[in-house]
Amino acid sequence: MNSAQAGGSLSIRNVSKIYDPEGANIKALHDCSIDIAAGEICMILGPSGCGKTTLLNAVAGFHGISSGEIRLDGTLLCNTAKPQAQQGPDRMVVFQNGALFPWKTLLNNVAYGPIVQQRLSPKEARAKALDMLGEAGLADVAHKYPGEVSSGMARRAEIVRALINDPKILLLDEPYRAMDALTKAIMHENLLRIYDLKPVTIFFITHDLEEAIFLGQRVVIMTTRPATTKEIIEIDLPYPRDHRVLSSEAFRLLVTQVKASVHAEAKKAFAAGEKERA
Amino acid sequence: MSEPATISSFSLVRLLWFRTLLIFKNPSLHLGILGIFGFLLFYYLSTEAWELPRFEKLPGPVAVLKEWFSPDPMWGISLYTPDYYLHVWASVRRVGIALLIATGLGVPLGLLMGWSKVFKDYTFPILEILRPIPVLAWVPIAILMFSGTETPVIFLATLASFYVTVLNTLLGVESINPAYLRAAACLGSKRRHLFWHVILPGALPFIFTGLQISVGVSWFSLVAAEMVSGQYGLGYLVLNSYTSVTYETIVIVMVTLGIIGYANSALVRLLGRQLMQWRVRALAREKRG
Ligand SMILES: Nc1ncnc2c1ncn2[C@@H]1O[C@H](COP(=O)(O)OP(=O)(O)OP(=O)(O)O)[C@@H](O)[C@H]1O
Ligand SMILES: [Mg+2]
Repeated sequence: MNSAQAGGSLSIRNVSKIYDPEGANIKALHDCSIDIAAGEICMILGPSGCGKTTLLNAVAGFHGISSGEIRLDGTLLCNTAKPQAQQGPDRMVVFQNGALFPWKTLLNNVAYGPIVQQRLSPKEARAKALDMLGEAGLADVAHKYPGEVSSGMARRAEIVRALINDPKILLLDEPYRAMDALTKAIMHENLLRIYDLKPVTIFFITHDLEEAIFLGQRVVIMTTRPATTKEIIEIDLPYPRDHRVLSSEAFRLLVTQVKASVHAEAKKAFAAGEKERA
Repeated sequence: MSEPATISSFSLVRLLWFRTLLIFKNPSLHLGILGIFGFLLFYYLSTEAWELPRFEKLPGPVAVLKEWFSPDPMWGISLYTPDYYLHVWASVRRVGIALLIATGLGVPLGLLMGWSKVFKDYTFPILEILRPIPVLAWVPIAILMFSGTETPVIFLATLASFYVTVLNTLLGVESINPAYLRAAACLGSKRRHLFWHVILPGALPFIFTGLQISVGVSWFSLVAAEMVSGQYGLGYLVLNSYTSVTYETIVIVMVTLGIIGYANSALVRLLGRQLMQWRVRALAREKRG
């Protein structure tokens, strides 16, 4: 389809974000720069509370930045002069705790975007939604409400709801956080399969380093708060990947490498937390 | 049910029968019925059998039931007299209109207040000042403002329901998970989509909780208002029976109010379930585990 050519390169330049500058003055992001190529799966890995969601929200346009600049395919999203990006379907977010509308069936959730954007008639939108849910193995539960299906199914449906809009970039905020290892593994393979069908730039936040290495082409390791990029690690494991990769020697080496880098940050985060509490 | 041909009317009857049995097998129903009988027994013993102090002046359940089901009641009100239904209808009609007005004004107002910060800033303080004023304190104003006997009573029955509805609707909007609003914005919603697809359905559970309470306070205010003004209605009948010393009628009216109020709440619950299938089904799944 056209989405491969549609671009989706994201450039984050020297972005800083301070919450409540007049009062508590919490520095969440400090001089953070990341470049993501179109069609890349880029994993953002950082300790809990470091500022990952803050960065994602800035890209999505949910809040402003304090300084720096973010561009999508060269087009300015936000900078110091225009701190908050306009929200739009070119950047689709999958939320940390899930945000399917509980009052709509999975089908109507997925069809919602194209209908309100008036890209498709309601009938066409529902037909397309049903198709895409089918591809994700969700045809049987298309007419169920989110509260009736498992969290894994809900997550998959939410990703379908994002992809139906042909976004340039998919912003995922720890989508598989609360899942058990087995479900997670299945979700990972499912995501890679969807990606194969329809390559799209993926900005994926996680604090699970095996997840980061398994899915990503690159892993960006963030420092503890205020977050900046500490290190970028290329993951040159071949695609398509499946669970067997997890037991390969190359994978284990990468885990060791990433762990060393993340561990130092996690320790700092822990110490900072202790200090705050004291 | 492998072949459609086998679904005869016979099996349908059996299914219905089975369902009915299931209802009666429900332990909480048994306990409920037991509770009602226990209450009636206590009522009977204290009034008619033992005539305990404080209870001896009250009409007992046997006397009340006799009067209620009598084709020729001693005090003129029973299931067989048209007057009974005139009073019931007068009250039901007033509450019906009052609830329609309270909901019709309260829900949009509450949504608007949740929707627009500026609008809330304008309206919230005045609402909070008016709200604690007891309904009965409004009686003189209601009579001065509205002519006749009907409109003041309806006005009074509307008032408390209105506040409850507005506040619960507002609470409902404010309870909506902000992630839904963000998701909707991401998906390219315009403001009107947000309103119809997120704000309204998101607030609905709270709106219906409010409606349940609103039914209760509406009946409460209605009976109080009918005692003050009017020539028909159950509240009027209670006071009238008191002054004309027909105590059986008072109990009949009280029981009638209880039953109608219960039916009214049940109706609202049913409507809520109908409109919020998503909740009913999600809850059912949680219960199954
Ligand atoms: N609205 C806010 N006002 C003030 N501080 C905030 C706000 N939102 C987040 N923070 C703080 O900014 C820091 C970064 O938060 P953020 O949610 O971006 O972290 P995160 O990396 O996504 O964490 P997690 O792994 O827990 O999701 C945290 O210390 C948090 O307490
Ligand atoms: Mg987060």
